[in-house]
Amino acid sequence: MPTSRWLPYLLIAPASVFLAVFFAVPLVQTIVLSFDGGSAGIWGNYQRMLGDLNFNVSLRNTFMLVLTVVPLQMMLAIGMGLMLQKMQRGRDVVLWIWTIPLGVSDLAAGLVWLAILQNTGYLNTFLFHLGVIDGPTAWLNSETPVTLFIAVAVAEIWRSTAVVLVIIVAGLQLIPKEFGEAAEIFGASPWQKLTRVTLPMLKPSLQSALILRTVLAFEVFAAVYAIGGRNIPVLVGEAYVWQRDNQNYSVAAAYAVLIMVISLAATAVYLRLLREKPEARA
Amino acid sequence: MTQRATGSFKGWLYGSGVMLLCVWVLLPIGLIGLGAFGGRPAVYQWPKTLMPASLSLDQLAVFLKIEGVWNAALNSVLAASMTMVMALLLGAPAGYALARFSFKGATAFRLMILLTRAFPLAILALPLTVLFIRAGLYDTAFGVSLVHTALALPFAAMITASLFAGIPRELEEAAWVFGCTRWQAFVKVVLPLALPGMAAAAIFAFVISWNEVFAASVLTVQQRTLTAYLLTVLSESPLHYRFAGGFILIVPSVVFIFAVRRYLFALWGVTSR
Amino acid sequence: MAAITIEGVSKRFGATMALEQLDLKVADGEFVALLGPSGCGKTTLLRIIAGLETRSSGRVLIGDRDVSDLPPAERGLAMVFQNYAVFPHLTVFENVAFGLRMQKRDEATIRRQVNRAADLLQIGPYLDRYPAKLSGGQRQRVAVARALAVEPAVLLMDEPLSNLDALLRLEMRAELKSVLKEAGTTTLYVTHDQTEAMGLADRIAVMHKGVIEQIDTPTRIYSIPSSTFVGGFVGSPPMNFLTLEAKNGVLACEGFSMPLAHDGPVLLGFRGEDVRLVDASQGLAFAVRVVEPMGSHLLLTGQVGGERIRVVAAPQAEIASGMTLGLQLDAARVVVMDTQTGKAL
Repeated sequence: MPTSRWLPYLLIAPASVFLAVFFAVPLVQTIVLSFDGGSAGIWGNYQRMLGDLNFNVSLRNTFMLVLTVVPLQMMLAIGMGLMLQKMQRGRDVVLWIWTIPLGVSDLAAGLVWLAILQNTGYLNTFLFHLGVIDGPTAWLNSETPVTLFIAVAVAEIWRSTAVVLVIIVAGLQLIPKEFGEAAEIFGASPWQKLTRVTLPMLKPSLQSALILRTVLAFEVFAAVYAIGGRNIPVLVGEAYVWQRDNQNYSVAAAYAVLIMVISLAATAVYLRLLREKPEARA
Repeated sequence: MTQRATGSFKGWLYGSGVMLLCVWVLLPIGLIGLGAFGGRPAVYQWPKTLMPASLSLDQLAVFLKIEGVWNAALNSVLAASMTMVMALLLGAPAGYALARFSFKGATAFRLMILLTRAFPLAILALPLTVLFIRAGLYDTAFGVSLVHTALALPFAAMITASLFAGIPRELEEAAWVFGCTRWQAFVKVVLPLALPGMAAAAIFAFVISWNEVFAASVLTVQQRTLTAYLLTVLSESPLHYRFAGGFILIVPSVVFIFAVRRYLFALWGVTSR
Repeated sequence: MAAITIEGVSKRFGATMALEQLDLKVADGEFVALLGPSGCGKTTLLRIIAGLETRSSGRVLIGDRDVSDLPPAERGLAMVFQNYAVFPHLTVFENVAFGLRMQKRDEATIRRQVNRAADLLQIGPYLDRYPAKLSGGQRQRVAVARALAVEPAVLLMDEPLSNLDALLRLEMRAELKSVLKEAGTTTLYVTHDQTEAMGLADRIAVMHKGVIEQIDTPTRIYSIPSSTFVGGFVGSPPMNFLTLEAKNGVLACEGFSMPLAHDGPVLLGFRGEDVRLVDASQGLAFAVRVVEPMGSHLLLTGQVGGERIRVVAAPQAEIASGMTLGLQLDAARVVVMDTQTGKAL
């Protein structure tokens, strides 16, 4: 059917315009705003950001969370994906159960683990019955920063592993099973099969998952607030505080730009590290 | 040890690993449910029992009656519904274009979609505050839904693209041969087949909006969505209210994800069995 | 090199028996083809031998070793897959070397074995390339080289040529035959293409519905099929079967007679190229329906007494649809089958 050459462009136009308005425009605005230091000059906001009491802490916390959560999640998701591959009956049910957290908000995840970990919570009850502790113990206040951190990490892992899992499972399904069989026939142990055949062929999915998950991880916010309040400053949290409490949009913008730059850098690193030679593609 | 014996040990290990992971996912949800239904006394009960002493819907109802909660929930529903509609209206045509035509803009468009997924989009809500204030969109469910649509749009486009790609082109061509215009063929042939998938995309957009925290918190003051409300009262409210709030947040999302489980893979733009 | 022995192997899928208590012996160095239509169980049997599928009963022995419960990696086999399964992320060299690396052989051995296999399969020039840059035929060679490089006790092949186009298939078949003969490896080859089986194998095992109907040399399978299925599956055109009545120890029809111990209705099997075309009055009346000029011969499809028969005629013969010819059968080339079982008498 002869169609206007413009039809496809017409069809993507609304979406493109919308994304341009709500993505490109604010992006430019944020950058511009962050450099609008008023009397302090272009770098004014950045200086205030860097000089802020919480800056170093929030930067360190955010990075530590990302560096803890993302690798653990990737390994967990790969493990779960491989388990699913072996499953015959019940695979669909297990897959559904394991992807339930996709529907959970990061705020809700934080609240869930708060319920478990707070003083009179279920974890303590469990430990009490085991005889490990004598009574309600506090894990989540400012005096126990380590356990607080672990709690947030656990909540994040609990919630967002499902995201990585879906990408990994889809990637695993794309690998024809003959490759694994050939590896087995030619003598590969399960570990060799994983490292020499499965993971290399999973590279595109790994790359996708890592980029997506890392960028999202740098935005960690609601889970931290739910569990630790302001005891664990993180980058997005600080941006939020500057915007809402201090009513200083410019410094908040500076934080936003910082987060974006970090995300872009991480993406670039992944693209480089996990690059596949074009001729090595299936 | 014969291979059979090691095989069954490995099998047992594998099975219990799977079970453990399932419990790991389900137990916390169950626990917060207990927390929500148990109410104040259950929260401070020590040590906790598996079935809290007082379990009733009353506590949940009390929570809902708190000033602001019901409104917040309504705002969330409103914003999510608007997001759902807009994401689909904008995303489906784009999905159709990607599936049916190969055109020069396609790779650029796909790239843009990819970028928006891998980008800290919520952060862009900050400068939008100013824009919204000027446009009168600040502190409205509609304003929030606009940002949420930007979040959900890529997914809507991806899933509709793979949906339409899965419907054989020949069906439309047959409709054309027998007299339909392009639009008629789409409505009569493609749409009915694509309906379940589009419903899934709509639900996913709804869930994305329902769950989103940051943008909603930044862009609302009085007309807060549930997530924004919970975030702001987090530090001040008693524990059982937080749990009730968390529970109300989770339940619809989990139910919805159950509804779209078959399309989970298409949502991320990957094909799968 | 080792022999393969299958004892009483069966496979059940739910309520269906995919394989029924099979016994098979492949001698050391022999090339046996498993031939049959899709669904007959040949691939299932191969995969059970490879260890890629479990069996419901029976044993698999390679040489003297009972490998029935061992994982694929420990069976000492090599396999060539239908879709090649050549790893896209490794160079051709690394692909061919894969099995050797898993065996932890030293670099010098690996290089030597890989080069030998590469020379055999003529892929020496491609060793540094990635599979994505190779054609299907070349990738197939890589898969075969990979299998030969490990000098396996047993080589399994699962329809390796079915994804190649017709001309390439012909070439690869000849090459495979000479390469494998030189290597002397015990080979089990699965195919649904009877010309492939005929061309390559020392013996063919014809399978049907999970059972081995006949296992014999190609010529004997062709000329002396043990059942109507084998006769109909092997050979193009398939063997013809006429229902005739044997009386008083003699089986006769127009222009033909032979002694037969069995009385009553039988199926007389004969091939389309084993008949003489004579005048209609001197042989079986054959009503020609369709004449297809195949270049090297004429394929005539028609009827004898209501049953469909296919006959081969000389390419220049002047035969047209609607003519009635006479068929004279050759007693030395016919087979007689039981009408109930379809098996040879």
